Amino acid sequence: MTTTTQAKPQISLARRDVVNQLVADRGNDLMCLSGIGSPCWDLAASGDHPMNFYLNGAMGSAAAIGLGLALAQPKKRMLVITGDGELLMSLGILATIGVAAPKNLSVVVLDNEIYLETGAQPTHTGRGVDLTAVARACGIRNAETVYSQAELEAALPKIRKGDGPVFTVVKILPEKAKLVIPPLEATYTKHRMREALTGKP
Amino acid sequence: MATTTNGATDWRDQIYDIFRENDVRHIAHVPDGGHAKLIKRCEADPEMSTVTLTTEEEGVGMLIGSWLGGTRGALLIQSSGVGNCMNALSVLRHGKFPLLMIVSMRGTWGEGMPWQVPMGQATREVLEAMGVIVYEVDNAADVHATVEAASWLAFDSSVPVAVLLAQRLIGTKKFVAAA
Repeated sequence: MTTTTQAKPQISLARRDVVNQLVADRGNDLMCLSGIGSPCWDLAASGDHPMNFYLNGAMGSAAAIGLGLALAQPKKRMLVITGDGELLMSLGILATIGVAAPKNLSVVVLDNEIYLETGAQPTHTGRGVDLTAVARACGIRNAETVYSQAELEAALPKIRKGDGPVFTVVKILPEKAKLVIPPLEATYTKHRMREALTGKP
Repeated sequence: MATTTNGATDWRDQIYDIFRENDVRHIAHVPDGGHAKLIKRCEADPEMSTVTLTTEEEGVGMLIGSWLGGTRGALLIQSSGVGNCMNALSVLRHGKFPLLMIVSMRGTWGEGMPWQVPMGQATREVLEAMGVIVYEVDNAADVHATVEAASWLAFDSSVPVAVLLAQRLIGTKKFVAAA
């Protein structure tokens, strides 16, 4: 690996502010799935919704579940909100998504460069691994890294309505936010989402 | 021999017909010799979405999403990939999700590749440990009834079901060094 002499852009975004903006004015056309750990607390804090599914287990499965939902509901937008550690557990899914290429799928990685839930151990993303570059190399052309509020605002329309698959890494501060626990029973959130989408549980 | 409503007699075609008859539309698969003909038939069907995976657990995840979105799917894998699925299978058990898995076996009947034996011998046990109901079929005449029953059980009772296609059915792969 080559070393870079370029200074890293300063990180200023707070995770809750980011997630609130991602789901703002969502209406009934946005399906959201959060990956294990803090993204689940963030999505819950932004407001519970029948079309939220909080994946509180199976680390590494968030983007895959999002792929299935996107394919099943092509007229709705599928937004996966997950962490850098969660996605690093299954980078192959970016290749699968790049090839399957669902137009309605967005994956947002809240990248704090640490495993926040387990004691702030560093992830590979703070040590030179560039998830956006991985996504591009997997054929996901609409891929970018966001460092600032201005860049986030520019990215939001692409995340919510852009030609998918859209892959966005949002660099966030490595801070814990107040714990907000979503419904933990997947039997409940499963029936709720199926009913919202199909009219029957 | 049992036939589907389309009259198929080849068991691979029968599985395809059962998918159609039971509205199974999302096919997640890894490349596999045992499933090659079935995969081709699903790929050729414009009403099915066929997704090639890099690893089997992606398929478990994808089909959880398919079900959340109101679509039935099936996972086509080899026994060697069952081990990769364990963590993802936990979601099925916790959330009472259905899953139809069709698993082509290695490492069992007359296996000539010793590296395949450990996972093949453990396949049923590890699936059952994660709450997956396991059917095994080792002759062509039973494929239709077994896969159909597995599909009904999975989707009508919302449980994960795996059908193991035995090597005795698929044919044991022989490894003979080139002269």
